[in-house]
Amino acid sequence: MEKNKKLYFAVAGAGVGFINGFFGGGGGMIVLPVLTMLFNFEQKNAHATAIAIILPITVASAVSYLIANGFGVFDFNLLSASVGVTIGGVVGALLLKRINNKSLVKIFAVVMFIAGAKLLFF
Amino acid sequence: MEILKFCLFGALGGVLGGMGMGGGTVLIPLLTIFLSVEQKTAQAINLISFIPMAIIALTLHFKNKLVKTEGLLFMIIPACFFGVGGAVLCHFIKSEIMQRIFGGFLLALSFVQFFSDKIKPKNSLKK
Repeated sequence: MEKNKKLYFAVAGAGVGFINGFFGGGGGMIVLPVLTMLFNFEQKNAHATAIAIILPITVASAVSYLIANGFGVFDFNLLSASVGVTIGGVVGALLLKRINNKSLVKIFAVVMFIAGAKLLFF
Repeated sequence: MEILKFCLFGALGGVLGGMGMGGGTVLIPLLTIFLSVEQKTAQAINLISFIPMAIIALTLHFKNKLVKTEGLLFMIIPACFFGVGGAVLCHFIKSEIMQRIFGGFLLALSFVQFFSDKIKPKNSLKK
C-alpha cells in the first residue's frame, strides 16, 4: 500500500476513533462517507468494513468508560437495550434490500435535527 | 415496563444501524430525552449494546467476503488509541455539558445526512 494512503487511513482512523469515543457513537456515520468518498469503497464494502473499524473502537472506548466510571451500567436495562439493538440490527439489514431508503434518510435527518436542537438548546 | 422501553429503543436504534443510518445517534437521544438517562450513561449503553450486534454482522460480512482488509490496521490502531482518548476526555466533562455538545454534533450530522444524496461517491453502485 502506498505510504500516503497509509497516512490518510491513519488520520481518518484517528478522527473517527476520537468522535466515537468522545460521543459514545456516531463514528459509523463519519467512517462511511470517508470510505466511499475518500477511499472509493463500494457501498456494500464500505458498510461491512465500517463495522470492522467501529467494533474495536467501541470495545476500546467501552473499556475506558467502564474503568473510569465503574461497572454500574451493567444492569437489566443495558441487557434489554443490547437485545433490542441486536434484533433491530438484523431487521434493519434485512429491510435494507427491500425498502427504498432515500425518503427514510431524509426523515431520519429531520428527526436527528429535532433531537439535536432539543439537546443543545433545551 | 422500563426494561421494555430500553429494548424498544434499542431495537429502533438497531434497525436504523442495520440500514446504515447510524443507530447510536438515535439510541442516545432516545435514552436521554424519553428515559431521562444521564448522557454519559446513555453513551456507555450505546457503546456496549452495539458490540453483540456488530460481532454477528461482522461474522456474516466476513463470510460474504465484503470486508476489505487491505490497510485496515493502519486505520484501526490509531482509531482505537484516539477512541480511548476521546472516552477519557469525555470523563472530565459534565454530563449536562456533554449532552449539549452531543446535541450540536447531532445537528451537524443531520445536515450531512439530509444532503448525503447530493454527494455521490466515485464508484457508487448502480442498480
